[in-house]
Amino acid sequence: MSNGIPGPRSLEIDCSAEVDRISQWMVDAVGQQLHRRGAVLGLSGGVDSSVCAALAVRALGEKKVFGLLMPEIDSSSTSASLGGRVAEQLGIEHRLEDIAPALRAIGCYRERDAAIRAVFPDYREDWKSKIAIAGGPKGGVNFFRMIVQSPSGEMFDKRLPIREYLQIVAATNYKQRVRKTVEYFHADRLNYAVIGTPNRLEYEQGFFVKNGDGAADIKLIAHLYKTQVYALARHLGLPDEVCTAAPTTDTYSLPQGQDEFYFSLPYQQMDLALWSHNHRVAAADLAQALGVETEQAEHIYADIEAKQRTTRYLHLQALLVEPVFVRTPE
Amino acid sequence: MSDIKEQVRAYIVENFVMGSTKFVLNDTDSFMDKHVVDSTGFLELVTFIEDSWSLTVEDEEMVPENLDSLANIEAFVNRKLSALPQAA
Repeated sequence: MSNGIPGPRSLEIDCSAEVDRISQWMVDAVGQQLHRRGAVLGLSGGVDSSVCAALAVRALGEKKVFGLLMPEIDSSSTSASLGGRVAEQLGIEHRLEDIAPALRAIGCYRERDAAIRAVFPDYREDWKSKIAIAGGPKGGVNFFRMIVQSPSGEMFDKRLPIREYLQIVAATNYKQRVRKTVEYFHADRLNYAVIGTPNRLEYEQGFFVKNGDGAADIKLIAHLYKTQVYALARHLGLPDEVCTAAPTTDTYSLPQGQDEFYFSLPYQQMDLALWSHNHRVAAADLAQALGVETEQAEHIYADIEAKQRTTRYLHLQALLVEPVFVRTPE
Repeated sequence: MSDIKEQVRAYIVENFVMGSTKFVLNDTDSFMDKHVVDSTGFLELVTFIEDSWSLTVEDEEMVPENLDSLANIEAFVNRKLSALPQAA
């Protein structure tokens, strides 16, 4: 299997044509298929949601797009303000919904901190934390480390046992699910569709929360690699901070890149690796493109496949005992 | 010590395939190739191994050579147990 050495040109797209294609598709999808009057989306200040907002405005016009800024206590101080700037620039109506009180009431922080304290008994609410992935691209089994920082700046780092890992992730998943609940409130109120904003790296490797950020009526950039989303951001004239920001999870209190939490590789390399995997490029050719040994490229392919297997259920609808066809009226 | 394989097999059958009687797992079958253990499953398996034989699996030991079949796990657990200080 080989298609030659991949490179940055492998991911080049005609931005103008792509914007037109997505816009035309969206007009039909929202109006003719979903029968909604516009679209709602959460704005994190990141490149994915900003590009989706700009695409929606191109397709539907600024009067038919509604943006939500939904920070909580672990959000970066710039996420809501940058999201607001994007909304202002696009001229769309938007609203700030602080979701921290809802998360506190439902137990998000309490359940998360209880699991962290099982690993670090000294951990308190004023400490900071994050999770880092390890193992996969080096040929091992993926596992997760918890990193915590005391108020005096001391750092501690331990591998997470599975029960605590699952509880921390389950608790933080409340954030994406509460945001989606807010989005659907406004979508129902306005009779709008909800836009999901995963890019291809996230969509294909299952980096989203089922019924959280994975839930939507329409996904505009799930077919685009991250490099291509950045290219569209520049083409659409989004603010410089959006076009140059490194992808973060914006979910944990310590700064955390998406590569550190999940992908294991910076997005430029992850794009090339996933593109190569999809185009059946030989591991040796991917290795040359990334400047690594062939064995490591093989580990990267194996890691992609392991993530796809582990997260397959995220993409599935509820399973039925037998097919049930809903007869649509003529 | 062959009951290591049987204990792991019983754990996998009970927890990963919900006790299905149709499931066959040979000693050298790769869990990954048989799609029976995913990334989360390996972490559960590591906790099971640590709890069952009172040992610690180090980060660098979290590799398929130690964990991706009943035979690999048995060899790994035996190596770990023989490296432990003997009880007085």
